[in-house]
Parts: sequence; structure tokens; C-alpha cells
Amino acid sequence: MLTKRIIACLDMDGGRVVKGVRFKNLRDAGAPAECAAAHARSGADEIVLLDITATSGNRRTLLDAVRGTARSLFVPFTVGGGIRVLEDAAAVFDAGADKIAINSAAVRDPALIGRIAGRFGSQAVVVAIDAKKVGGSFEVFVAGGSEPTGRDAIQWAQEAAACGAGEILLTSMDRDGTKSGFDCQMVRAVAEAVSIPVIASGGAGSARDFIEVFRDGCADAALAASIFHFGIENIVELKRELHDAEIAVRWPC
Amino acid sequence: MIAIVDYGAGNLNSVKKAFDYLDVEVVVSDRPEAVAAADKIVLPGVGHFSSLQALNRTGLCEALLRSASAGKPFLGICLGMQWLFEGSDECIEIAGAGIFPGKCRQFPTSVKSPHVGWNSLVIQEGSRLLRGIAQDSFVYYSHSFHAPVVVETTAASEYGLLFAGAVERGNIFGVQFHPEKSGDVGLAMLKNFCEV
Repeated sequence: MLTKRIIACLDMDGGRVVKGVRFKNLRDAGAPAECAAAHARSGADEIVLLDITATSGNRRTLLDAVRGTARSLFVPFTVGGGIRVLEDAAAVFDAGADKIAINSAAVRDPALIGRIAGRFGSQAVVVAIDAKKVGGSFEVFVAGGSEPTGRDAIQWAQEAAACGAGEILLTSMDRDGTKSGFDCQMVRAVAEAVSIPVIASGGAGSARDFIEVFRDGCADAALAASIFHFGIENIVELKRELHDAEIAVRWPC
Repeated sequence: MIAIVDYGAGNLNSVKKAFDYLDVEVVVSDRPEAVAAADKIVLPGVGHFSSLQALNRTGLCEALLRSASAGKPFLGICLGMQWLFEGSDECIEIAGAGIFPGKCRQFPTSVKSPHVGWNSLVIQEGSRLLRGIAQDSFVYYSHSFHAPVVVETTAASEYGLLFAGAVERGNIFGVQFHPEKSGDVGLAMLKNFCEV
């Protein structure tokens, strides 16, 4: 049986994994390679490494981190942050990523999705969408959530899928960093509108939140960053609880 | 020496990296001579069945078939496994190697496609590639078309229907999932392949 995936996200700044709330009060959480390996050992089904500063100046730092992390990581490994053109993606794949995540660049130039998918396959292209409830619908924001686009998240997810995206990583800006649970309503609306897998993100705080987003939100996978650092929530324990709630997970792993 | 065949179908780094980790010598090549010179062959590949066209164009196809029929251990991964069958509905103009019977087809409409994620294996006894792998072990899949369950199927997974996760006949092995992305379970299979 196909299982629901638990994805650990590592936010990276200057070559170190950091954790804060809404990119503020950043605390050092270790080196990417060690963090990734530790998460994989404790049962993470995938690892996402996100370069949260992502300036062209620290591109070398990112590629070094990807190379070091990928060397001994044998679960799917996604890298995002600052990928603007096909060449950026190619460099990240060359360093050892299995998938890349693109956000603002895809909104600006949807054809970028097809260009990367054409060369590396759709399975390697994750389109990340940051969205927020505005009135009765969900609006897409870019540039780290600072710029509204006026676009509807459901329509954009459908367009991204049609362009060749392999998965959608959907982050609720309303819930991000709050630990108050995923936005199941938004996740479900997008998951029912596209045939590609939808990864829910933003708001994970407890095992109950994961159970809800898989049951009510119809998510194919769920991602969390903060709760998996500093031992706040252990993935082994989380999976045990999901298993007990009869959610199919890779367990034991 | 293991040759990993590069025919332009996606990123081969992950496969190479897994063999590097196992401390096995590999060469990634698009040349038929490299295939002919290798002791074992790995045919990876992701994406559309039509990308297998490159095998016919470059002379790789003949080199692969010759090596496989000479008894060299051969492992097809994902699209590389699908190539071992007769063909695929994804691209009916291109023939597969026909080493295993049947064609690759789409999943039923009752499930989402592509099939992405960790799924469990129902394993048949006696497989050399899956030696020591526990029943119901999880492996990572990412594909839209699936190969049928045939006599040579050594492991199957369920997704809307039962499909071939792994096939094996003599020196020829195929896996639909990605052993290089399936944690310790996948690495153990690749190690088995190295020791065949």
C-alpha cells in the first residue's frame, strides 16, 4: 500500500541549518549533512534542504552543502531556494539533488517548469506555492511571502501541473510557524484539483495535525521543519502514532 | 567494473552515488564499447518511454542485448526495467527488449497518477536480487506506467492493482522502484546485485 510521506525540511542559512519563527530569532541547528542523516535515520521519508537566504553570492555554499548532504543520503532529496533558471537547477542536480523546488521563478516564468522537467523529468520538479486565505479563496504570494500576486492557488497548482510539475509543495502562510495545525481546507482543495501529489506544509505542531491533514486534507505527504529539530517531536514517535491511527506510513523503517 | 548506461534520461548521480557508497567501481557512459567492456550493467532512467529511442540510435541497444544474452548481470531501474518488457502504451512506436512478456500500461483511474512515494513489496521466495529483504519492506517509487505481474515477477506492489515491482530471470533483473532512494533496503539490493 502506498504510504503517506513525512518530509523533514532543513532551512539553511550560510551553510548551517537554522530554525526560527517566521525567519526571525534564528538558532543554529547544525550542519546540513548531519541533520539530514539524523532525520533519515529516525524515519524521515524525504529530506528538503531550503536555502532561505539564497543570494547569488552564497551559491557555492549551497552547492557544497548539497554535495556533502547527498553523499550519504539514500532517501529522496529535494533542494530549493534561489533556483531561477535551468542552469541553476542543473548545478543543484549535478551536486546530488534528486528534485528541485521552485517558487517565485515559476510564477514569473511558468515555462521554466517545462524546461527543467524536459531535461530532468517531471518527478524532479516540485513547484512550491506559498498561499494565504484572502476573502473566500487562497492567494499565491511570492518573494518569501512578501509579494501578493493576485493569483488563485488552486488555478496556479493546476497550471503548474499542466506545465510538467511532478509535485506541489503547498505552504499555508497563515499557519507557518504557528504550530496550530495544517490548513486542511486549502490542502484538500488543491489535492482534489490536481492529480500530482500534494505536500502540505505550514502549521505542524503535533501528531494530531498530521493525522488530520492526511485524513481531512487528503495530503499525499506532509512537511515540517521546526518540530523535528531540538528533539521537539521525534519522527519515530510521530510515525508510531500515525500507524496507530491507521494512517499508512513506512513503519517500521 | 559496473557500467551505468547514460542515454540522456535524467540524472544518474543518485545511482552512481549508491555504488560509490558500497565501494564498488562504476563508470557512467553513453558508449557501447564501455557496456561491452563492463562486467555488469545498470540501465537506469526516468521519464518518458520515448527517451529509450536513444538506445536504438546510438548502438547501445545491441550492446546491451549482446551483453545480457552473454550472461552478464543486468539491472534495469524504473524506465530501465520497463525497457525489458515488450513495450509501453506511453509510446507505442518504440519497442522494448521483449525479455519479459507484456506491455507497460497506465494505472486505473481510481488512483492518482503518477504513483509517487514509499510502497510495500510482496516478495516471492528465491530471488537473488531480493535475498535477505524482509517481506513487506518499503521502497520508493516514482512512475506513471507499470509493468504487468508475470511468471518472472519476484516482488509486486499494490496501487489500484497489483503490478510488478521487481522481475528476474537468470542474470537479468529489473526493478520499477528506485533502490538508490530506498534507504538501507535499497542499498542491500544493490549490494546483492554486486555479488551476483
